[in-house]
Amino acid sequence: MALPETAAPELELDSRRAESRRGFLIGLPAWAYLTIFFALPLVIVLVYSFATRSSTGRTQLTGWNLDSYRRLVDPFVFEVFQRSFFLALTTTLICLLVSYPFAYYIATRGARLRNILLVMVMIPFWSNFLVRTYAWKVLLGSDGPISQLSQALGGEPIRLLFTNTAVLIGLVYGFLPFMVLPLYAALERMDWSLVEAARDLYADGWTAFRKVTWPLSRPGVIAGSILVFVPALGAYVTPAILGGARTTLVGDYIVDQFLAARNQPFGSALSMGIMLVLLAATVIYFRSGAKEV
Amino acid sequence: MRKAAVELAGVSKAFGDVYAVRDMDLAIADGEFFSLLGPSGCGKTTTLRMVAGFEFPTAGALWIHGVEMGLEPANRRPVNTVFQSYALFPHMNVEENVAFGLRMKKVGATETAERVKRALDMVQLGHRADASPTQLSGGQQQRVALARALVNEPEVLLLDEPLGALDLKLRQAMQVELKVLQERVGITFVYVTHDQEEALTMSDRIGVMNEGRLLQIGRPEEIYERPASRFVADFIGEINLLPATVVDHYSVRLLGGQVVRGSTGAEPGSEVTMAVRPERLELFGSNEHIADGLNQIRGTVVRRTYYGDVFYYDVDTPAGVVEVKEENRPGVDLHEAGESTVVAWDPSATTVVED
Repeated sequence: MALPETAAPELELDSRRAESRRGFLIGLPAWAYLTIFFALPLVIVLVYSFATRSSTGRTQLTGWNLDSYRRLVDPFVFEVFQRSFFLALTTTLICLLVSYPFAYYIATRGARLRNILLVMVMIPFWSNFLVRTYAWKVLLGSDGPISQLSQALGGEPIRLLFTNTAVLIGLVYGFLPFMVLPLYAALERMDWSLVEAARDLYADGWTAFRKVTWPLSRPGVIAGSILVFVPALGAYVTPAILGGARTTLVGDYIVDQFLAARNQPFGSALSMGIMLVLLAATVIYFRSGAKEV
Repeated sequence: MRKAAVELAGVSKAFGDVYAVRDMDLAIADGEFFSLLGPSGCGKTTTLRMVAGFEFPTAGALWIHGVEMGLEPANRRPVNTVFQSYALFPHMNVEENVAFGLRMKKVGATETAERVKRALDMVQLGHRADASPTQLSGGQQQRVALARALVNEPEVLLLDEPLGALDLKLRQAMQVELKVLQERVGITFVYVTHDQEEALTMSDRIGVMNEGRLLQIGRPEEIYERPASRFVADFIGEINLLPATVVDHYSVRLLGGQVVRGSTGAEPGSEVTMAVRPERLELFGSNEHIADGLNQIRGTVVRRTYYGDVFYYDVDTPAGVVEVKEENRPGVDLHEAGESTVVAWDPSATTVVED
């Protein structure tokens, strides 16, 4: 039986509605999770950041003001931000410098060796991050193996623990896989005949890398840098254990506001501040990458 | 005396224990369109990559216009390559792709711009200079790859199955275009293909390869009409291969005892293969008059297949099943399945190859 012509568009609409319904159902668990555990807490933080702290340390949801935000431009707070920013930046750069050659090496090996190397990159994840950070505490201590080796060779004892260097070592160690994996993914997809084409067109090895390999692997560089920079900026565990609270970083400063100083509005404002910095950094980074790619 | 554009002497390339190319001697003349033809894995691409400088010979020597280049890296060789996948830089537009080589060679900006424009006009893509390679069709990408190589005015242009990814019509059009272009620019082309038709229509000379060895070098007619080995005969075009025994320098005996004429270099009594192309065979009714001097074998038509422009006959003879190709035009008699016939051909069409 032939359908009347007018039926066709309605059928089409029905099917489109059914499709968007299916899409909604598939996305529902993720939507629910993100709303409850991400969006709502974020709103709470946002609301708290405009609230007032009572003299006893309670947060009063009255008398909305911008006091907490005004404190963000306080020289001390600015210094904490600056220190954290440069530490995260240094961590990211060192991770990039170490990871790129390694990811390149993995991506250009045969399938067997490549899989073994990738598993080796991921092995650290099999044990707890806290435990591994405490292990570094032993390694870096003044009677740890590094210091002992230095003394055995007739040198001075090296005390790394509770210095910024120790924090940097810990951060680089912890975030290295997050840089290696996206870089590997980008390099593994590389069409190596493009590099050959560059060589064929009179580029030496280094120029071919600069003009072809590097720009084409930039999505991996961007992804890896964000995956390292963002958590490094707010890092708390590593500075607390390896830095020994000698220098204040954004992460432990925020924790202090909530737990020690009992100033939830200011802690919230700090959190919002760090988010804005990260958002701005990410956008700028993406833009700069997108233009050249 | 002019030196060869490309010369290989005793060149081998081994990957571990496996030889991709073995003991290759080859001289390609200046301005020649030379094709390396063979099935996949025969070593033709490895040979090309050694000339380009992407692979280095494990033995032997390689000269480009008389200069030893065997171990020289690709960027220091006066050759350019058109890649099978085109290998256009996706992060640069068409103009930047074509200008890449000139910029690497530090050619001045004005000259670069002029030469790039001329190269793009030559391949009729002057209007797409600002496009990204990913926006172009396969045929257009192919042209950009060609322009990007030719703009450098290389001494030798290397082409690795450049038409492989195009559809049939475009491929045929590009064959003609490439040949015309090569004659115009006068650059030596070394062309790698597994497509015998491409090799036959475009090349001045063809080198047929199999299992890392160069089996035969010759003009297209020589390769087609006078294959030097069973492999070459079988690989290029269609051919009937019948087992035979050498009688003397001018004749062989087929299975079933029939003696046919055709020059042979082999010793009397040796086992050989007689080769003859289907289009060189003619089919006659059993009572028809056949001119003197033609080779003849009797046989029964098993099947006739219609191909539009031609008919193929499978004819069962004591010497084996023979394929005959006859044109579909008035004046050529049709034969039916089951009919007794005679297959006849001129002795000059017979080739005797040793196994």
